[in-house]
Amino acid sequence: MNELLRRLLFLPPQRSTVAAEIDGLHFLVITITMVGATAVALAGGYFLFKYRRRAEMVGKPNPGATSRPALLVEIVVLVLLGALFLWLWLIGYRQYMRLAVPPEDALDVYVMGKQWMWKFAYPHGAASVTDLYVPAGRPVRLTMTSRDVLHSFFVPDFRIKQDVVPGRYTTVWFQATEPGTYQILCTEYCGTEHSYMRGQVVALGPEDYARWRADGEKIVPREPSLKTDLTGRVEKLDAPREAQAAQAEQTMAWRGQRVAAEQGCLRCHTLDGTRHIGPTFAGLYGRRVPLESGGEAVVDEAFITASIMDPVREIHLGFSPVMPSYLGRIAPPDVAAIVELIRSLRRVEPAEGALEEGIRSFDEEVAAP
Amino acid sequence: MSHALTGDADLPQEAVGPQETHEVDYLRAEGGVRSWLLTTDHKRIGLMFYGLVVLFLILGGLFAMVLRAELITPEPTLIEADTYNRMFTLHGVIMVWMFMIPSIPNVFGNFVLPLMLGAKDLAFPRLNLLSLYVFALGSVVTLGGAALGGTDTGWTFYAPYSTSTSTAVVPVVAGIFILGVSSIMTGLNFIVTTHTMRARGMSWTRVPLFVWAIYATSVIILFATPVLGMSITLVGIDHVYHFGIFDPRLGGDPVLFQHLFWFYSHPAVYIMILPAMGVISEVVCTFTHKPPASYKAIFISSLGIAFVGFFTWGHHMFVAGMSTFDAGVFGILSMFVAIFSAIKVFTWVATMHRGSIQFSTPMLYFLSFLFLFVFGGMTGVAVATQSLDVHWHDTYFVVAHFHFIMVGATLTGFLAAAHYWFPKMFGCLYSERVGMIGATGVFCGFFLTFFPQFLLGNAGMPRRYYAYPERFQWLNALSSGGAFLLGGALLLTLVNLLVALKRGRRADGNPWTSRSFEWMTPTLPPKHNFAVPPRIGRGPYDYHLTEEEAHARVSPG
Repeated sequence: MNELLRRLLFLPPQRSTVAAEIDGLHFLVITITMVGATAVALAGGYFLFKYRRRAEMVGKPNPGATSRPALLVEIVVLVLLGALFLWLWLIGYRQYMRLAVPPEDALDVYVMGKQWMWKFAYPHGAASVTDLYVPAGRPVRLTMTSRDVLHSFFVPDFRIKQDVVPGRYTTVWFQATEPGTYQILCTEYCGTEHSYMRGQVVALGPEDYARWRADGEKIVPREPSLKTDLTGRVEKLDAPREAQAAQAEQTMAWRGQRVAAEQGCLRCHTLDGTRHIGPTFAGLYGRRVPLESGGEAVVDEAFITASIMDPVREIHLGFSPVMPSYLGRIAPPDVAAIVELIRSLRRVEPAEGALEEGIRSFDEEVAAP
Repeated sequence: MSHALTGDADLPQEAVGPQETHEVDYLRAEGGVRSWLLTTDHKRIGLMFYGLVVLFLILGGLFAMVLRAELITPEPTLIEADTYNRMFTLHGVIMVWMFMIPSIPNVFGNFVLPLMLGAKDLAFPRLNLLSLYVFALGSVVTLGGAALGGTDTGWTFYAPYSTSTSTAVVPVVAGIFILGVSSIMTGLNFIVTTHTMRARGMSWTRVPLFVWAIYATSVIILFATPVLGMSITLVGIDHVYHFGIFDPRLGGDPVLFQHLFWFYSHPAVYIMILPAMGVISEVVCTFTHKPPASYKAIFISSLGIAFVGFFTWGHHMFVAGMSTFDAGVFGILSMFVAIFSAIKVFTWVATMHRGSIQFSTPMLYFLSFLFLFVFGGMTGVAVATQSLDVHWHDTYFVVAHFHFIMVGATLTGFLAAAHYWFPKMFGCLYSERVGMIGATGVFCGFFLTFFPQFLLGNAGMPRRYYAYPERFQWLNALSSGGAFLLGGALLLTLVNLLVALKRGRRADGNPWTSRSFEWMTPTLPPKHNFAVPPRIGRGPYDYHLTEEEAHARVSPG
């Protein structure tokens, strides 16, 4: 029955743990809709025929015009209808809450939407574009943000969808019931190539998933020894504290500060404007800086990203080329978080004359008493 | 048009009825282009609005045809992606703000509301004329934006895409702002007219249901439109000066825009549909020769929809990143709209019971309306059910849903009105046979266009897709075929009415033997409607009276 209705309604296969339950409600609602609309139209058509104006009626007042409507019947039907709608709402809301709250043991994956592709970063350090690798049969929680405009992450086979919003995180979770590939579609209009912003969830069986993880390590090498050197002074957070920290991270800038500490950035770059081994992050964003090789560069997202990945290519005048490359060692969402951190420390330019005015009035106030 | 009518009016029999006068009718009262352009006659202004909205319906319809032709194949067919994106934006903008919102109120509301109330004109005739010119200006600015290359944001202008796209956002939002000003002017005029210009004897329970619907619509327009004006102005400012109100890169919030936009645009759905419901109430009573099964149920539900409609906007945002608690509240409030709508549907159907029903083109449109409205409305309940909306949100299911309810109901209401009041407006009759063929074609075309889109949505096809995975193709082709059928049927209907203007039989005073007050005036009303203000001695749906008695109880003076 389930399969027949699903095919009749053109619904995609049910490949997540919630899909069958949601489809059950779907069948119920759509059946009520079809039956209701047809019944009302048929009643109208029947009355149209049954009470058609006969020749002897033309030009005479309608004796039926004084008939009393069956108000009681109508009220009873409306109350029943109201109860029906409430019942549907109740089921729908419970399912919605189930979709909204990920299981505690869910695996985390970070998703970045940008015009016009999906990027994925995994906690163990791997990264991928377009294809999202997950283990089948395990809940996966996606923490998503966008680099530019709104996008929406939609997997029809899983019956899940969540808008991906720049400047904030949204989450969605799913558990694929069996290995396979499931299409990802962007459902929030995002410009020219919106309809080509597709991807796929690759759900792997336990062995394949383990192999992918191992290969992933090879493709994206990590050097733990170097990391330890760089983070020598940073205490490694233990797991519960890390979880707490993640909870407390309301903004990308906070996350950026944590990542900067973990990755050792803060050993050389300060956040308060003091000069150290590298340029301070304070007031850096948006500035035009002189380069060692001559010329200038504007510190924007592109420049910061390039400097993290290939630091020696362009060196700020007056600093030594000592920074190592972080290419492949920081997950894409973390890079974005660091960019966000630097941006949050940008210098806000006061209006022309405002600074002088402020100094003058301050001096006056100090001089007054 | 006036040429044909001038010819017809030479025929001997003039309008019948107690108010028969020998005043010249409104079409011939004054001649020349100037007399039309500077008129303050609500009927002439209504006709000029008529011309404009039909023009925009054709324009928006042509865009729709190109879009559907593009979607016949999964990969590029006719136009490029950028052109496609601009075209669906313009299709939406034109259909929403230049056709559906002004269609019934500004054309038929303008024309019949004062006649129904026994008034000589609207309360502010010059404001009415100004509204026409402001509307024309808004349309010119919007279409000017289209000529400058158009914009590709979709009619919803979601930030931060709308604030960062390089296309002509500013003229389009400026045009919509101006159109909103026109809406407000007309809405205000209707409210004041209904309160102050009712004829003697017309108590609040004798006000025709169409007037109630227009009144409820005007209240929504007055409360909601300023919010739209404000939010799209902010989009325009953000676009030009990068204030960052909706742009997170500058500290703004894109979800805030969605709240503001839907605070207007959800009630706007009722701005479109309530007038259509008013038309349907009139059509049902006239052609069944019965008072509504419950007059109070219909007007109270109109006001109820207008009120509850303001508290449901969040159901557009279940997956936008809103709190789950808010989503639940918005979900349950949305169900109330369905209850009020159900009250109306039951009342219409109950009205047909024991009626003396004349089978006619407007009645056929009523049947279409009934099916499209109930189906569209029930799928509204479906998308208000949160877990289901997660799958359907921003897919073709939603596209099909709002076309069924907004367009299906508004368009069939508009066409029912166009046929029902045709003799009143132009003094002649259209071909009933061709009218019915047109009505059947419109229904079949409409169903064939949008029913497959429900299935496409189920299958997971997102909206605003220029190219799509191949598995969606045959449903798309079916939908495109339906669209062309719908276009053809609309064209047939238009031709039928245009031919009727030239060749139509003369209508006598009250061709549908209605008891509604607008039919108590001469076939073509004179410029000021009534030589002496009428005194109303009965309700608008007193079908237990003979026609003579009914006329006698609407006496002059």
